[in-house]
Parts: sequence; C-alpha cells; structure tokens
Amino acid sequence: MWEYTDKVKEHFLKPRNVGEVENPDGVATVGSLACGDALKLTFKLDENGRITDARFKTFGCASAIASASALTEIIKGMTVEEAAKVTNQDIANFLGGLPDEKMHCSVMGREALEAAIANYRGEPGPMEEGKIICECFGVTEEEIARVVRENNLRTIEEVTNYTKAGGGCGGCHEAIQEIIDRVRGEGKAVTRPKLSNIQKIKMIEETIDREIRPLLQQDGGDLELIDVVGNRVMVATRGACASCAASQLTMKQVVEAKLRELVWPELEVEEVSQ
Amino acid sequence: MKPIYLDNNATSQVAPEVLEAMLPFLQEFYGNPSSMHTFGGQVGRKVREAREQVANILGAAPDEIIFTSCGTESDNTAIRSALATNPGKRHIVTTRVEHPAVLSLAARLGQEGYRATEIPVDAEGRLNMEQYAKSLSPDTAIVSMMWANNETGVIFPVEEAATLAHNRGILFHTDAVQAVGKIPIDLRRNCIDMLSLSGHKLHAPKGVGALYVRKGTRFSPFLVGGHQEKGRRGGTENVPSIIALGLACDLAARKMTLENTVVKDLRDKLENALLTKVPRCRVNGDRNQRLPNTSNISFEFVEGEAILLRLDEYAICASSGSACTSGSLQPSHVLRAMGVPFTMAHGSIRFSLSIYNTDKEIDAVIDTMPAIIENLRAMSPYWEVGDVICAGVES
Repeated sequence: MWEYTDKVKEHFLKPRNVGEVENPDGVATVGSLACGDALKLTFKLDENGRITDARFKTFGCASAIASASALTEIIKGMTVEEAAKVTNQDIANFLGGLPDEKMHCSVMGREALEAAIANYRGEPGPMEEGKIICECFGVTEEEIARVVRENNLRTIEEVTNYTKAGGGCGGCHEAIQEIIDRVRGEGKAVTRPKLSNIQKIKMIEETIDREIRPLLQQDGGDLELIDVVGNRVMVATRGACASCAASQLTMKQVVEAKLRELVWPELEVEEVSQ
Repeated sequence: MKPIYLDNNATSQVAPEVLEAMLPFLQEFYGNPSSMHTFGGQVGRKVREAREQVANILGAAPDEIIFTSCGTESDNTAIRSALATNPGKRHIVTTRVEHPAVLSLAARLGQEGYRATEIPVDAEGRLNMEQYAKSLSPDTAIVSMMWANNETGVIFPVEEAATLAHNRGILFHTDAVQAVGKIPIDLRRNCIDMLSLSGHKLHAPKGVGALYVRKGTRFSPFLVGGHQEKGRRGGTENVPSIIALGLACDLAARKMTLENTVVKDLRDKLENALLTKVPRCRVNGDRNQRLPNTSNISFEFVEGEAILLRLDEYAICASSGSACTSGSLQPSHVLRAMGVPFTMAHGSIRFSLSIYNTDKEIDAVIDTMPAIIENLRAMSPYWEVGDVICAGVES
C-alpha cells in the first residue's frame, strides 16, 4: 500500500538504537496509545556536551519506527545546540522521503527531540501550552503554524498529513485554514515565476473551466472567455448571469479574485457583450 | 516466496477450474449474448446457466438474480431502488458496522435529504435488536443489514430482522458479500427482499457481483441503459466473469461443508495457538456467531501496520484495523463501534482463511507471530518484560 523507500524499510526492519539510555541527560515521551503513535527518546552527553548515546522506543507504524531510528542516528555526535536545529524535514530526507500521509511521523520525531532537550535544560515542554485547535488529536495552534512555516504547507490536507489535525471529525478545518492563511501571509511575498503569454492564456482558460464555470453553472449561469490582451481578461456572461443584476459583483469578487489568486495577481476582468 | 495468503475477506484467488471455464469466453467465444446470431446466442445460453448456478447457492429462482459489477454496485442498486419505489418514505435503517459501500451511501443520502439510523453493536459486535425494532417507523423505506461482518466475521440475525421489518411493511436488504460461499443461505426460509454478493470473495474474479431481488418486489434500476438483465441493469454483460461467478458459486456450494469443518478447524487452531503463546491479546467479536474462516485478534501495545510489514517479510498476508492501515487517521469504524479501546484497536490483525490454506501454512504463522509481537513489544515504550508500564495512556 505505502511506497516506502529502501531506507525506510531498512530502518524499520533493522532499527538502530532501540532501547533506553541509563541515567539519561534528556528524556521525553510524546504521543499516546490512543493516537496510535508514541515515541520515548533518551540521550546521554559526554563531557564536551556532545550526544554520545541516543535511544528510542516507539509504538507505531513502520514510518514511526524508521523516523525514530533515523532521528537517533542523526543526533549522535551533535551538540545539544546543533540537535536543537534538526527539523522534521531532516528526518524525512535522511530516510529518502516519507509518503505524504506519514509526514506526521517525522514531526513526532522532532517533537520528541525538542521535548528531550527542554527536559535536559530544565525548561517547560515547548508544545505543552497553546490553544488546542484539533480536539480529536490534541494539536495546538502553535504546532500547526510551525509545520506550515517549516514545511511550506498550503492546504488543510497537508496539515493533516503533517500533524493529523483535521483528520478526525473535521470540525477544525476552518480554523486550520485561518492559520495557513495567516502564516503564509507573513514573511516574504511568494515570488511567482513569470508566465509567458501563451502559458498565461492557457492557465486562464483552465482556471475558468475548472474553478469558475462550475460555480456559475450551479446557479444556471455560465461564462465564456472571449479574449486576453496583456492583463485584461475579456469574458461574456451567459445563461442566468447574462440577465443578472449582480453580475458585475460576480465578475470582480468571484471571477477576477480567482484568476488573480490562481493565475496572475494583476489580471483584470472585463465583461464584454458577445 | 509463495505467499501464505490469509486475507481472503479482502479478496480471494480465482479457483483454477473457474479460470479455465472463463478462458474460452476471453478467446473465441466473444459474442454478445443479446445478438441474434448463433455466435452471440450460444454465449447467452452460458449466461443463463451461470444465473442458475448463482440462484442455486442462494435458494432462489434464476429470474431473481441480476448480474452487477461488484458488491458495491449491488448495495447501491438495492438501497436506491427501495427509496425510488417508496417515494413517500425518507428513512433508512442500517448498522454502525456496515461496509463503506453502505455507510458512505447512507452519508450521501443524508446530504440528499434522507435520514439514516445506524444501529449500534455491543462489545462482542452483536446488534442491539431492541434498538433495531424501535428504529423501524412508517417512514422507513428499507433496512440494510449485513449478513456477516468483514472485519470480525460476526454473523447478524438477518432472517429474524427481515421478519420484523416485513411486519412493518418495510423492505429488507442484506449485504451478504462475506457470507455467501462461507455459510449456507436459503432464501426460501426467510423473507429477505434483496441480497448482494460479490464474486471476488468466493474465488471468482474481481469486477462481478450479483443482486438478488425477490419476485414481486418493486424495482427501480440504478444503471440505466440497454435491455440487459430484463431492463434491470443496463450494460453489456461481463460474460467471462459471469460464467466464472456461476461456476464459483457451484464450487462453493459443494465445498460448504469443508469451509465449516476443515477451514474452521484451521482458523481455530491458529487463533487458539496465538491466544496461548502471545500474552495480552484478545479476539474481537463473538466467537460463537461468526464466519468459520475469520479471526480478528488485538495485540496490546504494538501497532498493526508494523505487524503486517513484519509478516510481509515471510510473505504472510493479513490485514489490520489500525489507523495507519485504514486510509483515514482513525482506526477501524467496526472496532470503534464495538468499543474496542484504542490501545487494542491499533494493534488488531485480521486473518481470513480459505479452502486453499494448508495445515503447514498455519503452522508457519503460529511459529512466526509470537516472535514478531515480542520483538515489536521490546521496542514499545508501553511494554516492559514481565511488567506492563501504561505510561501516558489516555483513557
């Protein structure tokens, strides 16, 4: 069912560093039996503050076991400061990649590491506070914002793949979308590659057919693309839209907004009669 | 490595005799049964024979059998037909442990303005018959209740339930996909109105099924097209697979006793051995009212996908009710409906046998499983040799 890389299979069938370090310098357990994923990480430091031993115990699937095995291999030899910079993407990359739906296993690895480091430093656990967004899986706002930022996530589905949030009752989907929008809105503007004329026209055509016309058709209306000149998109309304008083609003708020979002932010939609 | 295939409730191998019977219809006898010429007509005769064979294993008449593409199509057809022929009624009754073919349809119907009641089950997977009886109302168009559950093998009292429905003037449909071929069914002994079956669960190929509709039942077709199946299901007949299905039903009828003795004994041997050799595990589902081939066992503190992939190394094939294998993030809805605690649901494994499994294969599984569980438990933060640590268990 899952397309696992050879590295994932290897770390699952022959995991490294299984067990518990005696008298660990850092220890943490994340996840739960209820969730179907749990990881206990322990590590020991030498006199130079480098991790000499790291062990794991996991309750979970092949990805969870492989992620934990990979994590312990990655951090051995690092200082605590270096280990604190390890991301979930590092874990996934070490394994040659994980299936999308399993990315949350790599996130769990990173969470355990952070908690163990916090434990070593005598600080409170990083993910313990924060507003719970997903009740089904106990995922906080902070956690969601973080995976969106660190992994450049765009959709609710991706957030679910990385944190499980939204994968239960679905009641938190709106809240997740808000967080995605907020996080993606901040920071540098998304730089789009320049589109050639022919690419732009094709994309406008596709977007109109796929995203816009079905919406209008639901209400008995329709739209026809007449021409594209520079950034001016000329369309003609059909069906119910042709005689609708609100069609001007539709042009701006639905058609233009969607085309700006999905194709090019400077497009302008004009209604023409034909 | 030849697979040790213990996942027959997911799908089953095509019986060699069945494959042989199909081949001529994939080679020289490719005619359309509806054609006027002999070339097509002779094929039509074979389809009629297959229809009789399917009718026989159900205790039905041939003209009560409609060939479909699969169990899911049969389920969709039956339920939508009941709603279409009872336009005043907007309610359907079903159970919480049905196959997605029924439950997803019920959810979709909910969006279309119908109401669905899902009867719950107890910890052993048995239906609450009191609640069932109470749920039947003048607004109920149909009851859809599976004959046997695909995950646990638990058998429902569908014959009794059908009578209760009938007394209230309500149609009764059963998804018997897992039951046909494994336990005897005789539709002359009950008042079930419609029944679904699926070819690939009884050693016919995938892509063929059947829907039984009792004579006299008002019917509205789902797949509308040509006049095939007497106008009840459009589309040129999947001749090779229909012939396969017919022969597979014939074989299953002959092997019914084997299924309920030899296969049952192998299942019991496997189950009892695992329960004895592996600590902290339990069977999910009523062990008495159950299909003869199915065993659903939960192993505490280890996870299903990990178990399956370890078994995979030995080419042992089974399935699991864990979240990781469910395709969603929740463990099996059947186990959840039974109130199986999450601590157990994630570590559940379903073994489903067939007449093709041997004693030697079962021995191999018995020899392999305990070590796998032990190994995975050694890795688990919740298991300590000799003493169980339940750290962080959320109840």
